[in-house]
Amino acid sequence: MAAVFEFYLVSYRRVWRGSAMSSFVLPLLTMLGFGLGVGAYVEGGVDGAPYLDWMVPGLIASTALQVAVFESTWPVLSSFNWVRTYEGQAATPVRLDDILGGNLLFVMFRALTSIVAFLLVALAFGVLHSPWALATLPIGALLAFAVAAPTFAYSSSVTSDSFLALLFRFVVIPMSLFAGVFFPVESLPVGLRWLAYASPLWHGVDLSRAATLGVAPEWSVAGHLAYLSVWAVGGYLLARRQFAKRLVV
Amino acid sequence: MLAIAVGRRALSVSERNVAALKSAYWLVLLSGFLEPLLYLLSIGIGVGALVGDLTLPGGEVVAYAAFVAPAMLASSAMSGALSETTFNFFGKMKYMKLYDGVLATPVQPFEIALGELAWAMVRGSLYSAAFLVVMVTMDLTTGLRALAAFPATVLTGFAFGALGMTLSTFMRGWQDFDVVGSAQFALFLFSGTFVPAESYPAVLRWVVELSPLYRAVDLIRGITTGTSGGHPWLDLAYLVAVLALGLWVAARRMGKLLAK
Amino acid sequence: MSDPGARVRGVATEPLIHARGLVKRFGSFTAVDGIDVDVQPGEAFGFLGPNGAGKSSTMRMVGCVSPPTGGTLRILGMDPRRDGPAIRGRLGVCPQLDNLDPELTVRENLTTYARYFGIPRKVARQRADELLDFVQLTERAGSKVEPLSGGMKRRLTIARALVNEPEIVLLDEPTTGLDPQARHLVWERLFRLKQQGVTLVLTTHYMDEAEQLCDRLVVMDAGKIVAEGSPRELIERYSTREVVELRFTAESQEGFADKLAGIGERVEVLPDRILLYVEDGDAALAAVHERALTPASVLERRSSLEDVFLHLTGRTLVD
Repeated sequence: MAAVFEFYLVSYRRVWRGSAMSSFVLPLLTMLGFGLGVGAYVEGGVDGAPYLDWMVPGLIASTALQVAVFESTWPVLSSFNWVRTYEGQAATPVRLDDILGGNLLFVMFRALTSIVAFLLVALAFGVLHSPWALATLPIGALLAFAVAAPTFAYSSSVTSDSFLALLFRFVVIPMSLFAGVFFPVESLPVGLRWLAYASPLWHGVDLSRAATLGVAPEWSVAGHLAYLSVWAVGGYLLARRQFAKRLVV
Repeated sequence: MLAIAVGRRALSVSERNVAALKSAYWLVLLSGFLEPLLYLLSIGIGVGALVGDLTLPGGEVVAYAAFVAPAMLASSAMSGALSETTFNFFGKMKYMKLYDGVLATPVQPFEIALGELAWAMVRGSLYSAAFLVVMVTMDLTTGLRALAAFPATVLTGFAFGALGMTLSTFMRGWQDFDVVGSAQFALFLFSGTFVPAESYPAVLRWVVELSPLYRAVDLIRGITTGTSGGHPWLDLAYLVAVLALGLWVAARRMGKLLAK
Repeated sequence: MSDPGARVRGVATEPLIHARGLVKRFGSFTAVDGIDVDVQPGEAFGFLGPNGAGKSSTMRMVGCVSPPTGGTLRILGMDPRRDGPAIRGRLGVCPQLDNLDPELTVRENLTTYARYFGIPRKVARQRADELLDFVQLTERAGSKVEPLSGGMKRRLTIARALVNEPEIVLLDEPTTGLDPQARHLVWERLFRLKQQGVTLVLTTHYMDEAEQLCDRLVVMDAGKIVAEGSPRELIERYSTREVVELRFTAESQEGFADKLAGIGERVEVLPDRILLYVEDGDAALAAVHERALTPASVLERRSSLEDVFLHLTGRTLVD
């Protein structure tokens, strides 16, 4: 597994500049352009916190999600169909769980680097209210795993990359817009609110927000963690089955 | 006679895109309409509930959703035009080598540019029209104002379409699209989209005034909200200039790139 | 694909393609270095040469997609610089690499392409069906391009080049990369076109292809024309009637060259065998045995265009 992880790190060295742009600079711009700009017009903040401070932890979780999903879509499809990386790895003593696990480890690593960069900026802006903010790291890693694993299963079963674009447009973007990153889910109509609760992102957002603001989350911590773990384990099993179908023939 | 031949050949290029419309592509087309709508609901309504009403520099008070909606409209006209003229156009030119085949026929480079642009505009205009209908039903503007705003969205699409084509002819590879995508997102955030440009710090403010998206937002927002703070004639002149310059450069560059 | 006779008679006075001192430069690199070419109506004309000889650059100039850097070029009596669209309307082009539209079906590839020539939709559909039949792709009409085999794609590209009923068809390496069955099918279809009176201009580096299809050809090397004539003429002029290939078991073939001197017109020593260019293979072989030489293997064959080609352009790789 370490060898597979190392392979991704080596490949990443060549392209990190481009991905730093999308996984760090863009969220930063969102924070400045949206959080700071609109925040000035939100009188009294949200739940007692200034709007910017309230939004940033949501953005951290949402960035972890987007990075994780991105790394589990095109790269996975390409490793199966275009570059055939997995085929090459499967021809070595590496086991199926190593291929999948090493790749997922890399996805978590990518999410973590984005979060670290983001936390440093947030610190400079003084929007972190508690040392618990460091907890966004394990939260982000768990969230990344919880969404990456089922996405691996999806990407390894679709036939063309147009389906990946559809995943972003119909799942990822709506999730980042309505799962409590920009405004509290309580203001959604009931049906939509339950949809937001069902999304893994909301659980990551609520935990991160509690961590950086230093308050108790809306839901129990154990409940959040259990829910995200269900996504992680279920997704992993699905992905494993799909990988076995494609590689062990 | 010449103009007819040019128009006919340009249209045959658009026709190819109609033929390429397949079931899976319809979903992608639909999602292109869905995206600005989702933003409107999330930011305009969701965040709007936190912001309340907005007092514009001119003194008029508008609901936050009514303020954000025209900006979503302008940016979706922008991103629709850009995705068709950068990503898709580049793919057809460099990856599928479609135009190499077309150039062996009587169709000439600037006719290809014209035909692709016309197609991008038809697609973009359908989105804009649908979005304006949504705005009217949500009571964010009136029917008459929506009608008046429609040509402004078409002009916005044309200007960004021409700009996108010009950019495409300078692209070296797919990695350059990351830069275009990021620039597009920065424009989306900072073009008076979510807050009035007057609230930006002075330096940023002047950069924003130069952004073509800001000019489009200013123009369309003035029409749909009926407020008077903007500079519609300046906006119009600016967008027309971008369109003319973009088309001229794109046609010249394409001629050079393809007729080696 | 109308009456072949009419076409041949109609323009007998002026060649369809007329080039004098034609030059194409890319920066400081000269791809085509002052060539003279005339292609007559109804003939099948070939450009032969190794990779990089300037064949494709010439084809692109004739196809009016690449402006000449110097010299005269007239196609169908018109000037490509001025009348590009009008000339292209009467040409069919089959490029070296297939550039079919992957987002369209096989049949749509033909109908949309026809529209670029301003052909009415109804006529385009009818012609697409005829052409699919001609290249034996009717059964795949509704399929996408991607799953087609290389040979099928090539045939579709050829069909696309015929959609405007062109007077001249330009084919840039029409069978490169195809398996033998696919190549023969393409040759057979091109031969039929030729019989219908369509003028064919093709490039190739396959000698058998040139011998199969071309009435007349030029051999190009480093941007220049080094020989011109019919395949038979070229063989007579640049080679002997027959070739005897001898293989000796010794480490090097070199030592045997001297012992063979005087047999035939020319002796060529290769690392693995010796070629004797002779008029009469049997007589030459008898002479070899008379000198008490016993090669491990012997091959007697007729001279081919390949011998001419290698003689004119050398055996060294030009990649």
